[in-house]
Amino acid sequence: MNWGSTSDFLAMGGYGLYVWGSFGVTAAALLVEVILVRQRLRNTRRALRREISANRNSQD
Amino acid sequence: MKARQKRFAIVIGGLAALGIAAALILNAFQSNLVFFFTPTQVAAGEAPKGRAFRVGGLVKEGSLQRNDITARFIVTDTAQEIQVAYTGILPDLFSEGKGVVAQGTLSPDGQFTASEVLAKHDENYMPPEAQAAVDKAHEASRSLQQ
Amino acid sequence: MTPSSINWFKFAAPARFYPLAGRLWPWFAAIGTLLGLVGLWISFFVAPTDFQQGEGYRIIFIHVPASWMSMFIYCVMAFYALLGVTFNTRLAGMMSSALAPTGALFAFLSLWTGALWGKPMWGTWWVWDARLTSELILFFLYVGYIALTAAIDDPRRADKAGFIVSLVGVVNVPVIYFSVKWWNTLHQGASVSLTKAPSMATTMLLGMLIMALAFWAYTIAMALYRVRAIILERERNATWVAELPEMKS
Repeated sequence: MNWGSTSDFLAMGGYGLYVWGSFGVTAAALLVEVILVRQRLRNTRRALRREISANRNSQD
Repeated sequence: MKARQKRFAIVIGGLAALGIAAALILNAFQSNLVFFFTPTQVAAGEAPKGRAFRVGGLVKEGSLQRNDITARFIVTDTAQEIQVAYTGILPDLFSEGKGVVAQGTLSPDGQFTASEVLAKHDENYMPPEAQAAVDKAHEASRSLQQ
Repeated sequence: MTPSSINWFKFAAPARFYPLAGRLWPWFAAIGTLLGLVGLWISFFVAPTDFQQGEGYRIIFIHVPASWMSMFIYCVMAFYALLGVTFNTRLAGMMSSALAPTGALFAFLSLWTGALWGKPMWGTWWVWDARLTSELILFFLYVGYIALTAAIDDPRRADKAGFIVSLVGVVNVPVIYFSVKWWNTLHQGASVSLTKAPSMATTMLLGMLIMALAFWAYTIAMALYRVRAIILERERNATWVAELPEMKS
């Protein structure tokens, strides 16, 4: 174990800003990508459902 | 915005991105592929004269002198040496025996005045104890050779 | 064809690949998350302090894997471009555009973490040396690919334009990799390569490799996830789409 306390861990030996800036932005970027793709798939499905049911109704 | 206009905007954006990429490539090929010159290259007159360039090598052991905020040290590639003077804050990894890249101008008397000093570190990563062991082994092999 | 061999082209049909991708992506997402947690744990609690850079070197655990993935994804896109040009399969273009945003993201993260690492250690956020410049060009190639394929309405023509960008741009990948050998750069040489023993402590190396595997699994999961949306968008008029269970509301 490298860290004596939580503040030690956050300080990263004086490089806290750089280390957490790297890990934080990476985590945020991956999370945003997942959310965006999820929304894209949902929106596409919703639009297609509407299209398909409209087609069915017009054929009936 | 009409679909046609949007398409036009995107095409322009894409072309701009590719254009920037191409410009960067050309720029890199022209001058920046040689990021720094070694002291041997400088001694051979390969470095550009009359404008700023970068010199890279190792900081010679025992050569670092600081007075006030001006640091003086010797950059060496073990064959040739260059005297460097720099006023400003040195990076964390700057130390004697380690890699350095300094940007500045060379005066006719061979003195290099740096406006920027960057540390160049190697690709070795290990815990301090391991480094101590490596140093010890070096020391031992050196004393054996003598 | 021998009777035992599988006809891979069968799976290349979008109607087949859509459910297959749907079944596969959660597995890769789970593997990626698990490896990511193990990798983070090693990065912060197992790997020792570095003799030169102290705790600051821990940026390596995302910087190097992100850089590897940015180069690897571009190679995979070029491979799909080759498949697409040769066999004219529709899926090749779809997979290619499903990979591009994730590749661009990793190229960005490589540059971002590199800047945050360079500032305290080298003394600068950015220099125009061959390694950094060629990685920036890779990022612009991804952006160019995305913009170009988005600008062309006909998906098949968009794919073809994208294939050209992938195949031309892939030349840049070996340039990035060998830049530190070919030219004087501020960036140091490779710590891990196929030709020599790694110059890193074992636990540091282990953490980096596990993070790389985590990013790799994440990339596969994201590509499969995104390609499902792309398949639906492009096959919207196909009968198989209308017959999907999720389309019956």
